[in-house]
Amino acid sequence: MIPANFDYHRPASVDEAVGLIEQYGDDGAILAGGHSLIPMMKLRFATPGHLIDLKALDELRGIEDTGADIRIGAMTTQAELRASAVAAEACPILAETVDVIADPQVRNMGTLGGNVANGDPGNDMPAVMMALGAIYVLRGPGGERETPANGFYKGIFDTERAANELLVAIRVPKPPAGHGYAYKKLKRKVGDYATAAAAVILALEGGACSHAAIALTNVGPTALNAGDAAKSLIGTSVDGEAQARAAELAMEICDPVSDMHGPVEYRRNMAGVMTYRAIAEALGRAKGG
Amino acid sequence: MSETTAPAAERELGLEGVGCERRRKEDARFIQGKGNYVDDIKLAGTVFGDFVRSPCAHGRIKSIDAEKAKALPGVLAVLTAEDLKPLNLHWMPTLAGDVQAVLADGKVHFQNQEVAFVIAEDRYICADAIQLVEVDYEELPVIVDPKVAMAPDAPVIREDVEGKDTVGQGPRKHANHIFTWEVGDKAATDEAFAGADVTAREEITYQRVHPAPLETCGCVASMDAVSGQLTVYGTFQAPHVVRTVVSLIAGLPEHKIRIIAPDIGGGFGNKVGPYPGYVCAIVGTIVLGRPVKWVESRLDNISTTSFARDYHMTGEIAADRDGKIKALRVQVLADHGAFNTHAQPSKWPAGMFSIVTGSYDIPAAHVVVDGVYTNKAPGGVAYRCSFRVTEASYLIERMIDVLASKLKMDPAELRLKNFIQPSQFPYNSVLGWEYDSGDYPTALNKVMEAVDYRGLRKEQAEKRAKGELMGIGIATFTEIVGAGPSRNCDILGIGMFDSCEIRIHPTGTAIARFGTKSTGQGHETTYAQIIASEIGIPSDDITIEEGDTDTAPYGLGTYGSRSTPVAGAAAAQAARKIRAKAQKIAAHMLEVGEDDLEWEVDRFRVKGLPEKMATMKEIAMAAYGNVPAGMEHGLESVDYYDPPNFTFPFGAYICVVDVDRFTGEVAVRRFYALDDCGTRINPMIIEGQIHGGLTEALAIAMGQELLFDDIGNVLGASFLDYFMPTAVETPHWETDFTVTPSPHHPIGAKGVGESPNVGGVSALSNAVIDAFAHLGVTHMPMPHTPWRVWQKANELGIDR
Ligand SMILES: Cc1cc2nc3c(=O)[nH]c(=O)nc-3n(C[C@H](O)[C@H](O)[C@H](O)COP(=O)(O)OP(=O)(O)OC[C@H]3O[C@@H](n4cnc5c(N)ncnc54)[C@H](O)[C@@H]3O)c2cc1C
Repeated sequence: MIPANFDYHRPASVDEAVGLIEQYGDDGAILAGGHSLIPMMKLRFATPGHLIDLKALDELRGIEDTGADIRIGAMTTQAELRASAVAAEACPILAETVDVIADPQVRNMGTLGGNVANGDPGNDMPAVMMALGAIYVLRGPGGERETPANGFYKGIFDTERAANELLVAIRVPKPPAGHGYAYKKLKRKVGDYATAAAAVILALEGGACSHAAIALTNVGPTALNAGDAAKSLIGTSVDGEAQARAAELAMEICDPVSDMHGPVEYRRNMAGVMTYRAIAEALGRAKGG
Repeated sequence: MSETTAPAAERELGLEGVGCERRRKEDARFIQGKGNYVDDIKLAGTVFGDFVRSPCAHGRIKSIDAEKAKALPGVLAVLTAEDLKPLNLHWMPTLAGDVQAVLADGKVHFQNQEVAFVIAEDRYICADAIQLVEVDYEELPVIVDPKVAMAPDAPVIREDVEGKDTVGQGPRKHANHIFTWEVGDKAATDEAFAGADVTAREEITYQRVHPAPLETCGCVASMDAVSGQLTVYGTFQAPHVVRTVVSLIAGLPEHKIRIIAPDIGGGFGNKVGPYPGYVCAIVGTIVLGRPVKWVESRLDNISTTSFARDYHMTGEIAADRDGKIKALRVQVLADHGAFNTHAQPSKWPAGMFSIVTGSYDIPAAHVVVDGVYTNKAPGGVAYRCSFRVTEASYLIERMIDVLASKLKMDPAELRLKNFIQPSQFPYNSVLGWEYDSGDYPTALNKVMEAVDYRGLRKEQAEKRAKGELMGIGIATFTEIVGAGPSRNCDILGIGMFDSCEIRIHPTGTAIARFGTKSTGQGHETTYAQIIASEIGIPSDDITIEEGDTDTAPYGLGTYGSRSTPVAGAAAAQAARKIRAKAQKIAAHMLEVGEDDLEWEVDRFRVKGLPEKMATMKEIAMAAYGNVPAGMEHGLESVDYYDPPNFTFPFGAYICVVDVDRFTGEVAVRRFYALDDCGTRINPMIIEGQIHGGLTEALAIAMGQELLFDDIGNVLGASFLDYFMPTAVETPHWETDFTVTPSPHHPIGAKGVGESPNVGGVSALSNAVIDAFAHLGVTHMPMPHTPWRVWQKANELGIDR
């Protein structure tokens, strides 16, 4: 449980960080809160020769209301996100999600950027970012580019981010005012990754569903956007029947592995149950419950 | 009022003796982070050792190349079996009569088996060097299922004992077979079954679990090359036994060995047995002349040092139509892993499993246990229980419910109908035990009333009508603890007595030393209370010491709830010897005959002249200056206590659960635990022990399991997967008690630490299964993880 040897770098600017990433390539690893990376290093599943620690980069911290979006610096910790009035006002699903990630110690260190850049299907934030239609802001040697959360995840620990790019911020478009939301996560105990989890955002207009997004955690090689399930709600009153149909559609796209959380069939079914429950809760909130 | 004139009752309270909710002495240092655990021991010049472990579960070692590792700066030695052979330490004897490889000798038998021991200047270099040791394996077919192990053409796991007709515990009938142990009257049992109105049968597996103490195992071995003195600090639940074992297997004179068990962060049986790490650290310090430290990682601990259970049981029960039990038949396939390192001191290969008739008056019983080898880590140990009692208790408590469902009778009613009655004690069970005391009906009735059992059943019926799942689980268990009478128990021929030595200082304070070793039970607190009540010195004035073999009297250690029944008895007996001498001194001081004195809390008074008295404090001083002619100075005593019998704590637990039929999650709504441990020394500590044990029971019943895949990879050997409940997962525990003292223990105490694990697992499991009982379900395998419970709901079509 002791990592292999590595050199430690603490860049003072984003440009310096990008330079170091470029310089060390595959032998370098970006260190944010360290709560996914360091456990991997202790097991020697990851053996980077150089750690590039972003801790000193204050410019990557903070949560800002930019009008249509809220912009969250990659190095913002999960605990800071939980405490943010800006986030709570515009996008309460973020705090609800932080509360079911790990435990307070991990949340004090772990960052939003690390959680979404990591590429582990067990992370909770990627599905939430998909449901919110978030945009990731990446900076590489050639400058900044933006890429949507939907489409960012290609496989286990495999993302759209190029090896020489840094995730600098996450842009979250504000969901419609009065929207309903829920993140439902089934886990074995506090601090556990999801057996299955579902993020739901929906809005009603005149009693009918006008906007819906559903994404799933840990029931496939990446977080999954349950687009058909979400679409099936549009125009309905989101009654029990519509909820059950959406849950069925969500289950259909699942491709979970059998592990200590349970066998494939169980996890697929739990994705359905979590979706069903998340829709019901989101509906209640959209109705002002 | 001064301490000499205060009324007796007030002075008695001031002693903080037996019955007092005295705060735990040891907590001041623990809650300030000032405990002193093995890894806190820092001797000058210490170097670090750790293992190269086998990635495969069964294989031949074709070669070991340690050259690259040895070349790494800071690496001091790499030991392999070849290096240990000249010392004859490549194998070591186990407590169960088998042998265990210290370092793999040509063959590995389970995943993560110790293959080589690397010693380096620090633990970081050591970790790097371990990766540089190249081992070439030829993989062999793997057996993880004990049933497969006994198949006629199964691969031979232990070639080293191939062809031997015994491995220490009687005849073997297969190359992977270890022992057969049979107890009870087969003919009488068969006859009772043949004539019974009703019989029921169930296959019940108690899964492989691990005690997972928060502190893993480890040691620091230090050889003083000049004096030839070996000191070993380690996580030892039985320090003296370790000293004797080290002397016997390493050939070192016992007086040159000092074993010190510092603070221990939980044991639960995991720290009873000797492990390869201890042997390698000792060899390392002898070879290098520097202290060698070895401390397990969590993964090492869960995947290699002793597991518990892995009992595959078949229970059959026979009864007449109105529910009177006629006979019990039990067959067990016991998976001991690659070596039989079953760490238990009784003379029986399955420990006290024959307590399996439980709290019930069963006239005939027959038990057969077969032990087998598999390609899994060796064991097992008693995980917070007296040797195999948990397995036995689970079997009978489940079978009672199975029978109840067959008879369509309420499980509480069936228990009440079959209890051993208070008038039957001392009770001789058909499998050979003499139960010391008990009152089972009172206990169960009290609990049923407290939880409104009838009301719960009514609520359950209503819930069932609505399609909801609610379960009520009962366990009315009897334990057998306090190993043990030397006619039944020994380790390497040493009887299972325990000891206490008391010294009273001239100013009337004291030190007492014991052969046991607390791993968190609070001995520093409770032993002082026993002595305080016996000799009238306040608990706070008595220092309790354990764990250093150079100072403590010889004892057999702490496990199997034996500390209070055995060492606690020694404390009372030693204290009584002090009081007897004190009485002689008091008679001399007061110039009366010994018989003219009577004892009162903390002093002797002259009968009829109550103002004439000598306090213990005064007597203590006199013992060092003013003793009667012919008497030795000093006020000391030692007692080695060989218990006349085991003690039999018991309890009645009721657990109420609500099951989410959509996710399989089980919520414990209520858990009511009544324990009877005889005389209660410190009710607060008892409550703490019950809370801890119930939490472990919850962990076992609901989640803990060491699973293996087909090729012997151990799955989930970290706290990511291995279920360690936190405060969030733990329900509120309600505790209660009755007091039925043990008639043969000096103060009537029975021991309590393990009852909640024994009874808790059964109550929880029975509750989960009861939630499905109306749907025809009689058994579900533990642990009752959400996915397993959901599978049952899904199979029954009620998860939609
Ligand atoms: C006990 C425990 C339980 C946990 N449970 C959960 C849980 O239930 N749900 C959950 O979602 N997570 C869980 N986690 C993980 C935790 O949330 C991590 O903090 C998070 O996944 C990663 O964030 P970090 O800041 O710690 O990133 P790090 O560990 O530092 O980095 C993670 C990965 O992302 C890369 N990275 C980090 N920042 C950037 C960046 N700005 N640009 C590019 N790449 C970057 C790193 O190179 C690394 O590969 C748990 C962790 C622990 C230790």
